[in-house]
Amino acid sequence: MTDALPKPPSGGSGRLLPPDTGRDRPLFLVAAILVFLACIAALGARGAWVQAQAWTSDLEGSLTIQVRPVGDRDTSEDAARAAEIARGLSGVRDATAHDRDHALSLLAPWLGEGNLPDDLPLPLLVEVELDTATVRDGGIAVAAMQAELDAAGIAASVDDHSRWAGAVRRAARTAQTLGLSLLALLAGAAAAVVAFAARASLAARVDVIDALHLCGAEDRFIAGLFQRRFFMLGLKSGVAGAVIAALVSILVSLGRAPADMAFFLPQWDAAPFELLLLGGAPLLAGLTAAISARLAVVSDLRGRW
Amino acid sequence: MTASPHSDPEPVVRFDNVGMRYGRGPEILRDLSFDLPRGSFQFLTGPSGAGKTSLLKLIYLAAKPSRGLISFFGRDAATLPRGELPDLRRSIGVVFQEFRLLNHLSVFDNVALPLRVTGRKRSDYAEDVAELLAWVGLGDKMTALPPTLSGGEQQRVAIARAVVGQPEILIADEPTGNVDAEMGMRLLRLFVELNKLGTTIVIATHDLQLVRMIDAPVMTLSNGHLHIRPPRSERQRHAEAREADGREALDSVAQAGRPAGNRVSADEGEDGDD
Repeated sequence: MTDALPKPPSGGSGRLLPPDTGRDRPLFLVAAILVFLACIAALGARGAWVQAQAWTSDLEGSLTIQVRPVGDRDTSEDAARAAEIARGLSGVRDATAHDRDHALSLLAPWLGEGNLPDDLPLPLLVEVELDTATVRDGGIAVAAMQAELDAAGIAASVDDHSRWAGAVRRAARTAQTLGLSLLALLAGAAAAVVAFAARASLAARVDVIDALHLCGAEDRFIAGLFQRRFFMLGLKSGVAGAVIAALVSILVSLGRAPADMAFFLPQWDAAPFELLLLGGAPLLAGLTAAISARLAVVSDLRGRW
Repeated sequence: MTASPHSDPEPVVRFDNVGMRYGRGPEILRDLSFDLPRGSFQFLTGPSGAGKTSLLKLIYLAAKPSRGLISFFGRDAATLPRGELPDLRRSIGVVFQEFRLLNHLSVFDNVALPLRVTGRKRSDYAEDVAELLAWVGLGDKMTALPPTLSGGEQQRVAIARAVVGQPEILIADEPTGNVDAEMGMRLLRLFVELNKLGTTIVIATHDLQLVRMIDAPVMTLSNGHLHIRPPRSERQRHAEAREADGREALDSVAQAGRPAGNRVSADEGEDGDD
């Protein structure tokens, strides 16, 4: 050996996997798009649920008494009496009797304005608001209210909106199921794409695998290299997808779409759910990528001696 | 110190009726039975396409035989648990004909690879790697990337990588093919030194000059069959014995050189190369 021994180069060891030279860019894009779609699907499902909650809360928090015109009775008076009776019941916060003009305004979209004769009898509505605690406890006894109105001789029927609240809840459940199904499909697609990309990446770096394998590297050592590479790739894609999803949600929310249109749109609300989803999605994308890559590499190595 | 049919009670490598084919193709290696005794030195020659690289692949565990038994250090390779194969591979250093260096890693990192995959810290092996690189004349190119090196320099990196882990078996495929005569001699001396330290060496080469320099057995592959020619000194002893003692003495020497159970034909009479 030589007299004056050279010093080993300073600095750390080079990375065993060659640096990304654009080969992984398409995967980055596809994974980012999948994470974006998954976040939008989840935020949409969440938005539908929140919207449905608000609607059902509105519906369940109030009752409607319809006072029918009967013979010579003064319907307006009956409506005011019905409101008074309602206010007297426990669990009722307030009751408002609406007049004939209110009834006409409700009919205007179908019959037009000023097309009804003044003497046409119209039913009047009484809007009854319930206490929050009462709503939480399941509302008030509609039958009891109906009995009180009957006893007072008022021709009225009480509608607790349960039919509509049920329909809204079913719609919300459908939207949620749809969102979660989309989420599952997108997660599956992401895993498949990453597994495919990992195999392609593996094939492109077969020289590295060969060298490491023949130098006596254990399977887990080689798999670990790819696992780390793909975890970081998934994480970066996930961050990109989640940030874009958050921006889109914020823009949709700022647009103030009408409630019926906004039902399936992602709604931004810096609530724990949104923050957890957008924070967790990149991590989940990274883990999915890492596990897919590991399985692909281990499967390839098992095919060797 | 010879390649021989089963003469060593526990050779580092033993082939027993080994055959090999790729896919459904014809058998390219047929009925190979030989031992690589511990600390032996042998050459492997044969025409292009004779199966030298395939035989080397079997020895360095890159390919599985189609039939027959290969054992390493007395253990059947086919029944070794997968978890034990990395350790076995670390005991085999390989110099590939096409070098197989990692172009994105520096010369230093390429040579340090067999040590790095064992999980050793850089500080533990850095001095040894630097010393070895200096010895093969690449002390000033430790940070260079392989594509910037000449063919001969790349070959020396490949050799340094193969020997850095002090393997028990060293397999070299045309190790002097890209270097000048002086460097060829230097590398050969490295192999001889390693052999003296107990490393079993197999050198595949077309270079008959190289073969003549070392008094070692020559394994020749031809049409998938292996012929083993004993070292020159042994053949001379046979010839002298033949002359001095006649047929009876020759038989006794031949018996000593080739134990019962020999299944390999050796070209002892052929001496065209020497």
